[in-house]
Amino acid sequence: MKLRRVRAVVVKEGLQIWRDRRSLIIALLMPFMQMLLLGYGVNLDIKHVAVCTFDRENSQTSQSLLKHFQASSYFAVKHVLDSYKSVTTALDRGDCVITIVIPPDFSERLRDSGQSSIQAILDATDDNTAAVATGYAQSVVSGFSDEVQLQFSGIGGASVAAAAPLSLEARVWYNEDLDSRNFIIPGVVAVVMALVGSQLTSLTISREWERGTMELLVSTPITSMELMIGKLLPYFAIGMLDATFCLGIAVWWFGVPFRGSLATLTLVTVLFLIVVLSIGYLVSVTIRTQLGASQIALILTMLPTMMLSGYTFPIDQMPDFIRPVTYLVYSRYYLTALKSIFLKGSGVVDLWFPILIMLLYAAAVGTWAARAFRKSLD
Amino acid sequence: MPGERQPDIQISVDHLIKRFGAFIAVNDVTFDVRRGEIMGFLGPNGAGKSTIIRMLCGLLRPTSGRAMVAGVDVALNPERVRQSIGYMSQKFSLYGDLTVAENLRFFGGIYRVPQKEIAERILSVVEMAGLAGREDSLVSTLAGGWKQRLALGCAILHRPPVLFLDEPTSGVDPISRRRFWELIHELSDDGVSVLVSTHYMDEAEYCNRIAMIDQGKLVALGTPAELKNRALPGTLLLVECDEIGHAIELLGSAPGVRDVAAFGNTLHVLVDREAGQTDRLIAWLAAHGIAGARVRPIEPSLEDAFVQLVTGNREAA
Repeated sequence: MKLRRVRAVVVKEGLQIWRDRRSLIIALLMPFMQMLLLGYGVNLDIKHVAVCTFDRENSQTSQSLLKHFQASSYFAVKHVLDSYKSVTTALDRGDCVITIVIPPDFSERLRDSGQSSIQAILDATDDNTAAVATGYAQSVVSGFSDEVQLQFSGIGGASVAAAAPLSLEARVWYNEDLDSRNFIIPGVVAVVMALVGSQLTSLTISREWERGTMELLVSTPITSMELMIGKLLPYFAIGMLDATFCLGIAVWWFGVPFRGSLATLTLVTVLFLIVVLSIGYLVSVTIRTQLGASQIALILTMLPTMMLSGYTFPIDQMPDFIRPVTYLVYSRYYLTALKSIFLKGSGVVDLWFPILIMLLYAAAVGTWAARAFRKSLD
Repeated sequence: MPGERQPDIQISVDHLIKRFGAFIAVNDVTFDVRRGEIMGFLGPNGAGKSTIIRMLCGLLRPTSGRAMVAGVDVALNPERVRQSIGYMSQKFSLYGDLTVAENLRFFGGIYRVPQKEIAERILSVVEMAGLAGREDSLVSTLAGGWKQRLALGCAILHRPPVLFLDEPTSGVDPISRRRFWELIHELSDDGVSVLVSTHYMDEAEYCNRIAMIDQGKLVALGTPAELKNRALPGTLLLVECDEIGHAIELLGSAPGVRDVAAFGNTLHVLVDREAGQTDRLIAWLAAHGIAGARVRPIEPSLEDAFVQLVTGNREAA
């Protein structure tokens, strides 16, 4: 490989990118827009679940429990109801997802046996929301029962405390706020980089075919490896700039906590960028029209990254026959690495596996792309 | 002779055949080009000229046969051949969004022209091509003739011993064409072998030798003078008269006449010998009712020869 030729291609390609100002601006603005669109568009958090209450006892204790619901940011109390009929109506009309019904003997049983229960009636047409709302309700109730237990132990001594309800207390690590944005945004970065990276290079060879400049280029002594490296380098620079924008937006705009090292982040981003740029280049070599190349590159990167990388659907919940396929999806490894670096502060050693796979991927796709370009018009 | 190695031979083509499916684009073509020689490919569009040139540049793989360029077998070692050739494709293929100087620097880098010499060579190419003052113009803004000369400049920047020019002057004005051919002759004087295709008959006259190509076959090969003599043994007479259509029939059956062809509103008549034929034809026409015909001997043109050779080839096939 001759550096002189690589340099000639880098300069030529760089000049062409610079002169094609409109495409350059699009290449730099696209990640901004996509980050904001996808970042705001996807939000898996369920907050302010609409709740109605039906207090059949109206005692001090029952009102105190309902106050806990009012105070919780997970719930928004919509209506205070006074009959089962109105409960049905409220759920039917979709006024609320969940109705809390407190039985008339609530505080009496709590006082006598140290245990009592309340009823939750749910609209489970959206089963996910219903399940989440149940969970929230349980945690509110358990918070209340802790308080009650403390009061009882203050009054009745140790004997009552032994009979008090147990509650499972989950400790949430890495994403203490349980803010879904914190793990979605690194995923958005991966999606945007896959898309932008492959689009950048998908046109570079087909453009030369369409403009007729390829015939002359093929007649020169340049090797396909020199041509590929020379063409990828300027796009790599743009890609790194795009990656900086995306990661910057993630940290400073969306406020995703960044606990890892910049070096690890740079390493995995460089590797991923090489993979997606090579995929775009491979498509460009294979498809000789610009439109076709752009479309195919979109399908090859967007679909697997959206569907199979774990961005939209958790990999461990996929059907058994799909799960092995996800190991082939290169974005899966960047996604995993990004989340770990952002939220857990993982280093190169922790991430050896995704890094290794991305290295292999970059080498394989790069070699394939270099070989796929044949210096011939046949 | 092919096969027999002469150090002077820069291009050697031996029984070259190229098939695209059932279509035979190049059919058993054999010829040599010497150092410093200008070889012209003359033939109609689609005759196979471009296909031969592309095979010699290593862009297309021959179906069979052998091609040696600058002493290297093109099929076996295309990369080594590529360093020794300059190529101008039929379609303009420089970068329109780069300037004149940027295009030249790009190809200088691709051919690895020594760093110390690059500036000087670009200067001399710019001067030769008459592009001085336009170095910083975007190529897309140049007129046809300038583009053509720049393309030639990019092809010779690395001083290749062999140059392939595929219809370099198509769509270029006559003055630019004349200038272009002057450049080609200068290169040939410096020892560069030039293989140039064209369908302009007048351009073919500038070549040292001409290969006439039709329907994939090499129909004839020789200097312009040789081709004219071979195709038209005898003497060519120009006949001007009334009733051209009738005159063609009359002259076709006249004694001593080999062939009659219409050229515009005149006739080209091929006869065995000149002696006395002029007066005899005038008398023959007058006797058959066409008076006042003017007949004079003319120098046959390449077009005459081409028509003769191609018709002969097509009739044989």
